[in-house]
Amino acid sequence: MPFRRHSRLLPVLLALLGASSVLGQEKIKVGEVASLTGKEAAFGQSSHKGTLLAIEEINAAGGVLGQQLELVTEDNQSKQGESATIAKKLISRDKVVALLGEVASSRSLEMAPICQSAKIPMISPSSTNPKVTEIGNYIFRVCFIDPFQGTVMAKFAKSTLKASKVAVLTSVSSAYSVGLAKYFKETFIADGGTVAIEQKYSEGDKDFKAQLTAIKAAGVDLIFVPGYYTEAALIARQARELGLTIPLAGGDGWEAPQLIEIGGAAVEGTYYSTHYSPENKTPAVLEFVKKFQARWGGETPDAMAALGYDSAQVLANAIRRAGTTAGDKVRDALAATTGFDGVTGKTTIDASRNASKSAVIITVKNGRFDFLQEVTP
Amino acid sequence: MIEFLQQLLNGLSLGAIYALIALGYTMVYGVLRFINFAHSDVFMVGAFIGYYLGRHVPAGTLGGGLAVLAAAMAGCAILGMVIERLVYRPLRQAPTLNVLITAIGVSLFLEYGGQIVFGAAPRNFPAIFPETNLHVGQLSISSNQLFVIGVALVLMVGLQLIVFKTKIGTAMRAVALNPQAAQLVGINNDVVIAFTFGLGSALAGAGGILYALNYPSIDPLMGVMPGLKAFVAAILGGIGNIPGAALGGLLLGTVETFVSGSQWSTYKDAIAFAILIVILLFRPAGLLGKFIVEKV
Repeated sequence: MPFRRHSRLLPVLLALLGASSVLGQEKIKVGEVASLTGKEAAFGQSSHKGTLLAIEEINAAGGVLGQQLELVTEDNQSKQGESATIAKKLISRDKVVALLGEVASSRSLEMAPICQSAKIPMISPSSTNPKVTEIGNYIFRVCFIDPFQGTVMAKFAKSTLKASKVAVLTSVSSAYSVGLAKYFKETFIADGGTVAIEQKYSEGDKDFKAQLTAIKAAGVDLIFVPGYYTEAALIARQARELGLTIPLAGGDGWEAPQLIEIGGAAVEGTYYSTHYSPENKTPAVLEFVKKFQARWGGETPDAMAALGYDSAQVLANAIRRAGTTAGDKVRDALAATTGFDGVTGKTTIDASRNASKSAVIITVKNGRFDFLQEVTP
Repeated sequence: MIEFLQQLLNGLSLGAIYALIALGYTMVYGVLRFINFAHSDVFMVGAFIGYYLGRHVPAGTLGGGLAVLAAAMAGCAILGMVIERLVYRPLRQAPTLNVLITAIGVSLFLEYGGQIVFGAAPRNFPAIFPETNLHVGQLSISSNQLFVIGVALVLMVGLQLIVFKTKIGTAMRAVALNPQAAQLVGINNDVVIAFTFGLGSALAGAGGILYALNYPSIDPLMGVMPGLKAFVAAILGGIGNIPGAALGGLLLGTVETFVSGSQWSTYKDAIAFAILIVILLFRPAGLLGKFIVEKV
């Protein structure tokens, strides 16, 4: 009977299939959740390029634990809610050993609980809101946190820019903005300054003239805008249109070429803090800039690219030290990372799973981002 | 006092944009008894036409700017007529609910199709008109804001003239009153309806350009919020009533601006939509509208 004949072939076929999957080089899958399109596309694209460069470099040098790394990237379109779904998909369907992401704090907060309950280590390259790592012991970051960033900008505003009365214009729809505004205010008031007026907006808003008119009436020396670049550029333009010539300052959410593209002359002479500057002439930075430009057609890497690169390198280093890709061992190795020499400085993961890193202050001059000063913690 | 006047100016220019978009909604409703939900996305397409054409005209000249405005209005008029021909005409005899849902479908199609074609990242709209900031004492107003108010006024007056003083306008009002009777007196309903859509979409295109001039960051989803607000404005003023749309737009823009500049700025959208609910509860025909009683 025909069935009898075929049934003898079946076990042979299955054995062959099984053998081929063992013989074929298995890759270690690392997931990446990035905002490759949408409102914060500049961040996601930049971070992805840095991460991919690191993965390619590691693979060219032989990979990790004798295996090649495979980066599985998914785009969350800068939308709320998508990051959690993507994290679930990467963990259950693609069986990633760790997740890199996200850049924006609100989206990191979405995906962190998924990684924590699945016991998959997550490294955020550049989310600065402290709540992200508070979610659980599997969540790490390789950048500084907003209490530090807020303090840096508050001290800069008070001591260097000599502002005594400021306005704070916060985006209520982003956890990053709300957190950074809070820490800025705390330090600024503690140092003797006054926050004369606080105004709010939502992401996606285009018209800020109402808030800026109220700010103008308060007669402040500086406006602190702890939001993202899309709105910051429009806010700068509209402030100048209303006749406000006072300086504007912000945080690392400002760093994107679109800030200058959309803001134009209005963002000249504004200041913001971020994690790294390509003009910082250390050997590690110079080499990184060269490699990045060679890989990505002459593009100069910004802070997001540098942190994306470092996050992948820190992960690879941890997997090597753990000797395995098991979630709990990698987690322990990550927590024990000390003095890792990266492009953004030495990374030591502290007890709260944050990194203590320096900040740099950038100003916009002649349509370029100019490095002003470095502030160590 | 200065702050109050400045906020009033801001509110009027925001309101003028809402009024312009509201005109399109109100006109199509007046003639066809149907809310064209795809209107806000034709507005977005107008802004993108302006973005692509703006790179081929000399920057900051009045002639170049007007050429881009005219081209965007023409492009949107054609888009509106194509949508009417392909999507709404086959459904003309269908229940209103079906057409409304189809309109939402067209809107979503344009939005997400736009994301694929144009990419979802915001783009910088070029300065196609010469820009200056005028200062009258302590008050500031930009030339773009004045331009919006001016163009909105011109288009509104023009629309009133077309609807009440031309043959096609009379035909539009006839179709609005009684489509079957209009056919009986020899009006070609298809032509009139196509013209209505074309006109409304041209206004949306103009609205898109003017909006992008003032808020130069454009993306495929930019029409959603202004479209919703303009819809509220049209209802507020009386849907189907042209001066009503203008009034509704200005009122809504001003209220939104004052709320935005106060301590309740986070609630500005909530307040705008709360107004819609209150108006529909107490004066369902809107401020200037009146219920047309169906005489049996």
